[in-house]
Amino acid sequence: MHRPTTEAELAGMIAGAQEPLHVIGGATRGVGAGGAPLSTVALSGITLYEPGAMTLVAQAGTPVAEIEAVLARENQRLAFEPMDHRALLGRTGTPTIGGVMAANVSGPRRISVGAARDFLLGVRYVDGMGQAVKNGGRVMKNVTGYDLVKLMAGSFGTLGVLSEISMKVLPCPETEATLILHGLDDLPAITALARALGSPFEVTGAAHDPAAGQTALRIEGFSSSVDYRIGALKSLLSAPVMTVLDADASAAHWAMVRDVTPFAQEAGDVWRVSCKPSQGPALAARSGALGVLYDWAGGLIWLRMARGGDLRSALGSYDGHATLVRGDSFARFEPESAGVARLTSGLRKRFDPRRIFNPGVMG
Amino acid sequence: MEMPIPNASVIARKARVVKRLQGVLPADAVIHEEVETRAYECDALTAYRCAPMIAVLPSTTGQVAEVLRICHQEGVPVVPRGSGTSLAGGALPTADCVILGVARMNDVLETDYDNRFIRVQTGRTNLSVTGAVEQDGFFYAPDPSSQLACAIAGNIAMNSGGAHCLKYGVTTNNLMGVKMVTMEGEIIEIGGAYLDAGGLDLLGVICGSEGQLGVVTEATLRILHKPEGARPVLMGFDNSEVAGACVSDIIKAGVLPVAIEFMDRPCIEATEAFAHAGYPMCEALLIVEVEGSDAEIDHQLALITDIARRHNPVELRQSRSAEESAAIWLGRKSAFGAMGQINDYMCLDGTIPVSGLPHVLRRIGEMSREYGLNVGNVFHAGDGNMHPLILYDANKPGDLELCEAFGADILKLCVEVGGCLTGEHGVGIEKRDLMHVQYDVADLEAQMAVKDVFDPMWLLNPAKVFPLDVTGARRQPAVAAE
Repeated sequence: MHRPTTEAELAGMIAGAQEPLHVIGGATRGVGAGGAPLSTVALSGITLYEPGAMTLVAQAGTPVAEIEAVLARENQRLAFEPMDHRALLGRTGTPTIGGVMAANVSGPRRISVGAARDFLLGVRYVDGMGQAVKNGGRVMKNVTGYDLVKLMAGSFGTLGVLSEISMKVLPCPETEATLILHGLDDLPAITALARALGSPFEVTGAAHDPAAGQTALRIEGFSSSVDYRIGALKSLLSAPVMTVLDADASAAHWAMVRDVTPFAQEAGDVWRVSCKPSQGPALAARSGALGVLYDWAGGLIWLRMARGGDLRSALGSYDGHATLVRGDSFARFEPESAGVARLTSGLRKRFDPRRIFNPGVMG
Repeated sequence: MEMPIPNASVIARKARVVKRLQGVLPADAVIHEEVETRAYECDALTAYRCAPMIAVLPSTTGQVAEVLRICHQEGVPVVPRGSGTSLAGGALPTADCVILGVARMNDVLETDYDNRFIRVQTGRTNLSVTGAVEQDGFFYAPDPSSQLACAIAGNIAMNSGGAHCLKYGVTTNNLMGVKMVTMEGEIIEIGGAYLDAGGLDLLGVICGSEGQLGVVTEATLRILHKPEGARPVLMGFDNSEVAGACVSDIIKAGVLPVAIEFMDRPCIEATEAFAHAGYPMCEALLIVEVEGSDAEIDHQLALITDIARRHNPVELRQSRSAEESAAIWLGRKSAFGAMGQINDYMCLDGTIPVSGLPHVLRRIGEMSREYGLNVGNVFHAGDGNMHPLILYDANKPGDLELCEAFGADILKLCVEVGGCLTGEHGVGIEKRDLMHVQYDVADLEAQMAVKDVFDPMWLLNPAKVFPLDVTGARRQPAVAAE
């Protein structure tokens, strides 16, 4: 396994590579590819943290847990709430911030604050020729030249190997609470979530767990404000029973949603469908799934299918796309339209002309 | 400001190009008489002007595709134009180009409150997007100062921000999908009414690409429900360092205002003389706005004023009503106009890490004395996006050049302290030749590789963003086209 310790070493290794490389951070997200493993874990450490500017710069292999601990000391956090894939995929290892960004991993709070890519301010990476490149920076507003930062986020190591990232971080709220609506079917549940998100009460989590019969809405902020908004949501919505989770129970609930814990111990393929929230129940109904968990107010559906079940055929045509997260019977990503595929493959050819990064991932 | 020498062979074929364009567009959508093309000679960077060869105003995506196909075949450069409000010269024509204006494409195509999006044609103005949904309590968050006039097309091209992006993000954070026409005339759709388009994040790189990758004709935008209310507090300090520390403390305390605006003494004085907003005469003034219910606002403003008091403000004025809020915002919103009353001005847009604020303000003051030009600073302090306004006299020979040199020095300073050349206005032609200050050749090559893929002949807005010396070889094929 290649484990460069500096960006220069990484660049030299790539320039001299004679075979395809399987680019990994902590290898916790199951992005399978052929080639010799190239890990960024030895490129580790926080290089700059300015709490008053809400920015943090770290080398790509820095463990997420290390960053979260440093942020917690200043009462700040990674607001996009990156999912931990380990339990779901049955993997061990240490998630890295580079891996989070390369896979654009976000959690339930994505609906209110944005995705991982929205928090990524700058990158340094090494392209397929072994050339080190920087883009963006460490300030929150930056439109200087093209936004390759976004392009690198979610590119799964197919355009370059991240060596350093800079991010926007946010203050932790004083507290949180979650309103649970019990006993709603999928359709009224998703309708209720839409109603809540269409209110001024700043919901930061909106999920529905059909198996548990729980529809959850998270509110965060100052204590008095959380109480007020939970009350406002109670009057706005109706359900046979409503209960409120306090801060600790609320945090546990959203960790479960974030990591799709109910599917961890169950067999089968796991898919992630991004769709128009209101279409969620209809898509879930025709998926033939063994298990369903809705996040993002219905705009993200986690589906557990029988092994080899062809979800894409079952869903047919809709606004959105399906990603295979656990399983290997199908391509991980939805096939692209001809026009988009031409651009995508053109970019890969330019960033990695020898096609040595993560062959087989993303087409 | 150097622009490429117009391609004589393209200009020689003007009649043929006009005829072909007339074949695919309504008669009044092809503007080619010199007296009429002059209407498109500049955008809001009025110091530079050049009438285009032709201007076209298509009404449909299909027509945009036809226009681009023809221009591609003819090797004619195309400069896309929204409303022409770019402060960076993003829509500045060249004498051999076709201006493609999207102003006639301004319909709302779909509004969906359940899924919280609106789909519009991109000629629609920013404010009228909110206008289409505000009766139902919703709004589109990015709010550039030019929002009354600027088009969504230009917002996407420049990844525009605004005063409230500290909380809501800039255009790229609120853009869910686009319909775009490539230079070859192919219509493609990326993203849509769902979050996170699959595959590579093409949407992310298209947003902010200054009209160089394609012409975006439709956009799916995230809309949000309006907060119950919003109110600001105004605070004055007798030095800008203390004001900067106060901003930092507010952020560290876990209050996340929607806006933190800063003005320095020259700006406060100009604004007072112009708008009589009743601002205190001091070195630094902050306007901090928070949102929520009345009780939530009171709670947050109390926390903020507590923090401010620790920094010994010379003034602390908390708004208690809509009228008081308007009075506090009046001066800030008049700042540019007020500076314009004094003289011509150039508005810069560099961003710095918030921690660098005192140093940068001190250096700008020193440089102001060295150059002999006055400068006022007004900016979005929460995210470090500065807008120094340099005053100069356009009628005084050499003053514009002096002002540009001063501006370039300020932007270099922004990069030196860890910031960037432009936070929300874009590079255009204005900062094009400074790109080397922020990026190495390899960094620029990586960006230009993206354009090579989207627009291999470099026909879309080719003289912008990248220094001419590094794009010369790429722009050659267009010159050779016959």
